[in-house]
Amino acid sequence: MNQRTAMVEQPATPDWPARMQILAETAQSPALRDYYEHGAPSGDTPMSEVPMVALDFETTGLDADTHSIVSIGLVPFTSERIRCREARHWVVRPVLPLHRESVTYHGITHSEIREAPDLREVLDDLLASLAGRIVVVHFRNIERSFLDRALRWRLEEGIEFPVIDTMELEARWHRQKKPGLWDRLRGRKPASIRLADSRTRYGLPYYAPHHALTDALATAELLQAQLQHHFSPNTPLRDLWH
Amino acid sequence: MEVEQIEIRDHIRRFAPFDGLPEDTLNWLAQQVEVAYYRAGSTILTYGQPLSDLYFIRSGAVEVYRRNGELYNRLSEGDLFGQLGLMMNKKTRYPANALEDTLIYLIPDAVFQELWEAGEHFADFFDIEDQGRLRAAVSRQEKSNPLMTSRVRKLITRTPVTAVSSTSIQDAAKVMTDEGVSALVLTHPGARIDQDWKPGDNPMVAGIITDRDLRTRALATGLAYDTPVSEIMSTDLVYIQSDKYVFEAMLTMLRHNVHHLPVLHRHKPVGVVALSDIVKYESQSSLYLVSNIHHQVDVRGLKRLSKDTAATFVRMVNEDANSHMIGSAMAGIGRAITQRLLELAEEKLGPPPVPYCFMAMGSMARDEQLIVTDQDNALVLDDSFIPEQHDDYFKALATFVSDGLDQCGYTYCTGDIMATNEQWRQPLHVWKAYFTDWIENPNAKSLLNSAIFFDLDGVAGETQFAETLKDLIAEKAKNTPKFLAYLAHAALNRKPPLGFFRDFVMENDGKHNNSINLKRRGTAPLSDLIRVHALACGSRAQNTFNRINAIAETQLLADGVANNLRDALELLSITRIRHQALDIEAGRDPDNNIEPENMTRFERRNLKEAFQVISSAQKFLRYRYHASGGGSIN
Repeated sequence: MNQRTAMVEQPATPDWPARMQILAETAQSPALRDYYEHGAPSGDTPMSEVPMVALDFETTGLDADTHSIVSIGLVPFTSERIRCREARHWVVRPVLPLHRESVTYHGITHSEIREAPDLREVLDDLLASLAGRIVVVHFRNIERSFLDRALRWRLEEGIEFPVIDTMELEARWHRQKKPGLWDRLRGRKPASIRLADSRTRYGLPYYAPHHALTDALATAELLQAQLQHHFSPNTPLRDLWH
Repeated sequence: MEVEQIEIRDHIRRFAPFDGLPEDTLNWLAQQVEVAYYRAGSTILTYGQPLSDLYFIRSGAVEVYRRNGELYNRLSEGDLFGQLGLMMNKKTRYPANALEDTLIYLIPDAVFQELWEAGEHFADFFDIEDQGRLRAAVSRQEKSNPLMTSRVRKLITRTPVTAVSSTSIQDAAKVMTDEGVSALVLTHPGARIDQDWKPGDNPMVAGIITDRDLRTRALATGLAYDTPVSEIMSTDLVYIQSDKYVFEAMLTMLRHNVHHLPVLHRHKPVGVVALSDIVKYESQSSLYLVSNIHHQVDVRGLKRLSKDTAATFVRMVNEDANSHMIGSAMAGIGRAITQRLLELAEEKLGPPPVPYCFMAMGSMARDEQLIVTDQDNALVLDDSFIPEQHDDYFKALATFVSDGLDQCGYTYCTGDIMATNEQWRQPLHVWKAYFTDWIENPNAKSLLNSAIFFDLDGVAGETQFAETLKDLIAEKAKNTPKFLAYLAHAALNRKPPLGFFRDFVMENDGKHNNSINLKRRGTAPLSDLIRVHALACGSRAQNTFNRINAIAETQLLADGVANNLRDALELLSITRIRHQALDIEAGRDPDNNIEPENMTRFERRNLKEAFQVISSAQKFLRYRYHASGGGSIN
């Protein structure tokens, strides 16, 4: 069943190693070129051998065109181990004013923001941390689009990268069909595929949400759980990535 | 760059031994952690697998096995495993499987080693071989009661007032009046108490007299004033050494019902401690209760005092007395009630036709009595006893005492081990035959029923009868391996649980229980196995702590084992005692069952450690005495 679902999604997914080779040749920024030159594992690579990095952004809102990144958390991992030693966390100054609500949301204060660097200053580090690894996020539209917009704004060129989306994986198992009439009559709601709810299904502990590094860690753990429950160590990367 | 893994740090710090780490160390530790997820049923570690991390369970449950596949433990959130392998040879010693979906925080070996080197608290936690944790838990408690930390010599305010035993009673009374004391220490003529006593010297102290002795033994009997005081002094001297603790002085007074205790430094008298000196340490001393018991004129009066027994028990617990003090005080009270009941019985029935010794068995004999207890007693009669002529008297005496004890809260023994039972109301020569038979012709069934008789103590009357039996047991038991083997076998009948898992008691077969009987699963198996060793060593001690001390003087146990047994016994006993005190304070009937959900993690860990001590000690017992099988005899 997983295979079938994956195949439906397949046409949208580029051949990432080849795509990155092309991007490496056309990229203008040295940091970006360096990132692409690290390439990506091929789609045949068994999941047990794929180097990954869980990534999470906290943002001032949901629209990449009008909102900005406030903080970035990432943690490298494999299907077996999550390496907190190599975890990174940055607070960056948003281009747009910080909304009052989102301040309390992320627990990041105005003074922290004022002293924070612009994303451009941490970009080399960020790209180096991502290089050669498959990015893992929960809901890929945020990280992909915000990083792309942020780079366009600063480097006048965007970024493309392969992504495994733990929320999309959950959707494969819990959003296959719309709830039937019987379910609706009984008030049965579809299973939630939000990060915290998804984790509960695998017996993962509750982590306070909305800290970029904690969310990245939470996402990495969720993927480890999903791999053990739904895939085998030999499942090829292409069944999961986008 | 500093990255604080807040979630990890804040979680880990909730659990020992990380709870004692400074903030900086915790932040550093949290950054070094690796994380791994294990699906329910999957293997985490296999035997002999190279080990590079300490495993901390963040969520889920893990089963740890022995090499032979026997379940060793079941662990949950906050528990650690892998430490033994890391400390030994970096290889897995206990294989582990995920029982539920489990998230593990892995602490790299290098970090583990560094924390180990840096922090005593951290190292102590893992000091499994040493049972350091148990020691720490027990000694923390011992430090909190002044009766247990103060030495008797601190109570001495003046040098003892002494006189030579040849002094006349009138001169003795004058000295006491001039000096304002109520007790006078009498020395042997020629003893030089201004000098230190040396080995080979004659004993210095001949006896003691008190105001009361002058009243009852001299004035009331109309002795001439020039009678030498040696004629009325107490010579069967009860005394205490000056380096003992105050609580030991208290126990000595309790046991012998004396109110003045000469204090000796080796053989030299250095002072006298009076009841009032010790009572100052306690609000409502058990010593008062004991003297009050001796003043009651009927069973009703004794029954009224049994409420005070519970109050004394609770007070001692709240004042952090140790289990030895409480057990001895409760036994002292029980003993006083029994003694008084016997006096009342004799008042009613007349003097006994032949001498007798009233014996206590079980916890009272061991000085380990608690609040929930039944009566176990017996009568040893003089060998001139003729059943047809004398037994009516002793049957009536036994019935009076047994009924009285029941009234006072010491319920009838369900196994009928009471002096009212003809079988246990026999002359000394029959008792000797009983013990000889039990020891020389042991069998599993008879030992199950008679093991209780191997804790015995004379309470009243001709207590030397009881001493004779103790001598017989001490002499015969150590030379009869077959008896020791059967006794060891019986001691293996009750097993401690593995420990705890979440809010349950973890049983050896993997099942869970909601509560645990701390007597049946803890203190009883422990005193059972210590009794075997004590008898093997030829010890005459009855109290389990004293027995451990006697065993420790031999080469029977490996280094440190006696200390572990002592600490385990103290921890199990005091936990049981505290639980009963809480029940009493809450108006519930006290019992021996405790529920893991009402315990702190700390208490559970210490108890678990104590269970492990019992478990290893049982294994050694089976091996040492060739106890057949070791399984249930039933």
